[in-house]
Amino acid sequence: MELTTVWFSLITILWIGYFALEGFDFGVAMLLPVLGRTERERRVLINTIGPVWDGNEVWVLVAGGATFAAFPEWYATLFSGFYLPLLLILCGLIVRGLGFEYRHKRDDARWRRNWDLALIIGSFVPALLWGVAFANILRGVPIEELNGHLEYTGGFFNLLNPYALLGGLMTLTLFLTHGAMYIALKTDGDVRYRARALSVRLGVGAAVIAVAFLLWTQVMTGSVASAVAFVVAALCLVGGIVAALQGREGWAFVGTFVTIAAGVAGLFLALFPNVMPSSIDAAYNLTTTNASATAYTLTVMTVVAAIFTPIVLAYQAWSYWVFRKRISTLHIPEETLAGSAA
Amino acid sequence: MDLSALDIARWQFAITTVYHFLFVPITIGLSAIVAGYQTAWVRTGNEQWLRLTKFFGKLFLINFAIGVVTGIVQEFQFGMNWSDYSRFVGDIFGAPLAVEGLLAFFLESTFLGLWIFGWDRLPKKAHLATIWLAHIGTVFSAYFILAANSFMQHPVGYEYNPETGRAELTDFFAVLTNKVQLVTFPHVLLSAYMTAAGFVVGVSVWQMIKGARRHEASERSLYKAGAKTAAWVLLIASAGVIWSGDAQAKVMTEVQPMKMAAAEALYDTEPSAPFSLFTIGSLDGSEEKFAVTVPNLLSFLATGTFDGTVQGINELSEQYTTEFGSDPSSVTYASDYTPIEAVTYWSFRLMMGLGFAGIIAAIATLVALRGDRNLADTKRPALWLLAAWVLPLGPLFANSFGWIFTEVGRQPWAVFGLMTVENAVSPTVSAFEVLTSLIVFTLLYGVLAVVEIKLMLSYIKKGADDFAEPVVRDDDNDPDRPLAFAY
Ligand code: HDD
Ligand code: HEM
Ligand code: HEM
Repeated sequence: MELTTVWFSLITILWIGYFALEGFDFGVAMLLPVLGRTERERRVLINTIGPVWDGNEVWVLVAGGATFAAFPEWYATLFSGFYLPLLLILCGLIVRGLGFEYRHKRDDARWRRNWDLALIIGSFVPALLWGVAFANILRGVPIEELNGHLEYTGGFFNLLNPYALLGGLMTLTLFLTHGAMYIALKTDGDVRYRARALSVRLGVGAAVIAVAFLLWTQVMTGSVASAVAFVVAALCLVGGIVAALQGREGWAFVGTFVTIAAGVAGLFLALFPNVMPSSIDAAYNLTTTNASATAYTLTVMTVVAAIFTPIVLAYQAWSYWVFRKRISTLHIPEETLAGSAA
Repeated sequence: MDLSALDIARWQFAITTVYHFLFVPITIGLSAIVAGYQTAWVRTGNEQWLRLTKFFGKLFLINFAIGVVTGIVQEFQFGMNWSDYSRFVGDIFGAPLAVEGLLAFFLESTFLGLWIFGWDRLPKKAHLATIWLAHIGTVFSAYFILAANSFMQHPVGYEYNPETGRAELTDFFAVLTNKVQLVTFPHVLLSAYMTAAGFVVGVSVWQMIKGARRHEASERSLYKAGAKTAAWVLLIASAGVIWSGDAQAKVMTEVQPMKMAAAEALYDTEPSAPFSLFTIGSLDGSEEKFAVTVPNLLSFLATGTFDGTVQGINELSEQYTTEFGSDPSSVTYASDYTPIEAVTYWSFRLMMGLGFAGIIAAIATLVALRGDRNLADTKRPALWLLAAWVLPLGPLFANSFGWIFTEVGRQPWAVFGLMTVENAVSPTVSAFEVLTSLIVFTLLYGVLAVVEIKLMLSYIKKGADDFAEPVVRDDDNDPDRPLAFAY
């Protein structure tokens, strides 16, 4: 396999890791007002993701850094082109990150309400906009050559089109479902059963939207490989819903996890060998070859990735193992509201 | 005032990065100090070390949260506002950034999660290892990001490819061992230790004088232990900061002589150049009315000998104009090759001055706490309260000024000798878009600063909690026992 293809695959894997992991913590935070009826329940929900959300978020930072290193033209055109949506995503990530740390730091109902809002909105905005952004990449955006560089020339409103909005709705509903499945898996007591019931209803909605979007994508730019991935994604989603109905929460969560992984893989497969096609003229497409770094850089990066990715995966898996127990309202300590333990 | 997208992008970079770097040195340094306290507890079993671990651990986390979220902006900002820069050097600059994520950020975030929530889940020693690993993550992070920055100060390990019109990596190892990097990394790392140590001494001094429980014997010895250990850290780190700063000055004179000239506002090339501690006159030092100068010191700082010749701004400016400025369409063209002298001159002095203020306060603290002395009954509480502010803020702002000096002193270059800032900016991003993001980030960061400072002060005032031995839970026994730590 060519090095550029290797790096296209590695970046795909980083985005899979990001969406499959951060996807559920977006979902958990968005479900706070729905599943967390009391302060105790909200704290149960937040504690299911407390130790891991930051590690999940690093996947996107590494995806960004890897794109910068392996496909500088892609990084430059994408981030300067999708400027305002990216700004909104960043603001969302900022306020939600602080929400986790600061919400419990003062024993004051208004303070907590405000941080809850930060968590909900700060998760909703990226959950929706990442889908919009990826759909636009697949659909192709106005890219032309200016001073020898392929530049995005489309402006903001170009990014709002039915296909892209459907993509946004898909990531949003999938993450909500994924979050509900995770809550059902990681909590005990009343919250667990309500989450399970909700995950089924959310899952059905997500399935309808996902099938519509993936079909549209397949017709528009798909290949055989992407079709296979999309079918796997759809089957796993159905399987996950069935497992949830039968009360098998572990399998249900695996179902949405694989759905997201296969879905993202399919989208990247549909994109390949482009990384950002131009809607103006195929001659202006950014591809894995014309956007890439030199073979030397890719080689260095491959060596680093080959050594360190397994180590990272191992300790992240270990941290999930350490926090494997379910949490219920009984585990929420009485006096810690003001964060007296560190 | 007519601001271009370029000017706004520069302001945005300056504001967001300086802001990020208010939290970074405390994260780096305090994670080490907290890990040190926890080690002392695991080794000696003395409960005061555990109380210090938990107290400063909490303050550390309040600070860390903002460090993380402002870092995310940094990661994407190069592509958003500096897309031509990203295209030009992405082949080289992207690699350390990606490696930083893979090696450093995963390590920090995962092991801090384990540390925060793992008090009752992990055996004592494994739990101690998590905070050390998180600290190592912060050090890796500093190393790789500084390697990226050092490339901008002094590009190495690359070749310009006229066909692709970009700089391309030829030797990654050379980038990681850039001679600028080798002096910058110790300087930044040690100044982070200084800053965090100053923070710990300052908080402890405040608690000794104003804390609600200052007359209890346990509290007296607690904060005294905190202040003394950290004051030693500050002193030792500051010796290293001064040593490495001196080494940096020599390397800088060699690779960026203009920056050294601008640091002293030295217009004409001079042998045996003096160093002015401060000047009253025109702000950029071109005209002086009154100055306190130390003869030959600049020569010594720059070259290591008292009569070494230091090149002046005028000569260098001419030299750069002939070398880089002949073709206005090239990416090395600038109409003026001198940085803003008023900023470089004063930021350099403020860095040293504020840093020294912190050092002096730390020495005074050690003297005042020798033997069984304590500050609870000091006769000069006002002076000590002032010291409690100078200790953290001196080194902290010394960091900001050091960076402002480094980065402004590099102007007009984005990458020295290769690309000017003017040519680095995103060509398709409109002034409106950059202005929107500048306003959004500035407002958001402003609000966050208020929230964080209030929170920090209220937790500092509250002081350390009483001793509570963490118990590792035995799941089968007591499945419903509350968590030792919960959000
Ligand atoms: C506690 C903070 C602190 C203190 C007390 C000092 N510095 Fe510093 N200095 C920094 C914190 C710092 C910094 C913020 O960390 C910088 C910015 C970039 C860098 O490499 O370190 C810096 C940059 C910096 C540079 C610019 C390097 C370049 O642009 O290439 C020089 C020459 C010095 N320092 C020299 C000194 C000297 C001679 C000092 C005292 C005698 C000193 N610094 C004290
Ligand atoms: C180590 C990683 C860093 C990198 C890669 C980096 C890179 C850059 C870049 C790309 C610019 C924009 C171009 C320009 O305006 O010159 C810049 C400017 C600037 N940076 Fe840095 N920087 C780093 C660290 C810092 C830190 C830690 C600070 C301050 C605490 C800082 C302060 C500034 C300032 C004040 C400017 C504006 C200079 C001007 O435009 O006049 N930088 N830097
Ligand atoms: C000398 C300059 C800098 C140093 C030493 C430094 C170091 C650090 C540290 C210690 C943290 C907090 C710990 C953590 O997030 O896990 C952090 C956060 C972060 N920094 Fe900086 N930083 C510097 C400047 C920059 C610049 C210029 C960038 C942009 C490329 C950047 C990117 C980030 C990111 C993305 C995070 C968040 C990581 C996370 O979520 O874990 N930093 N940085």
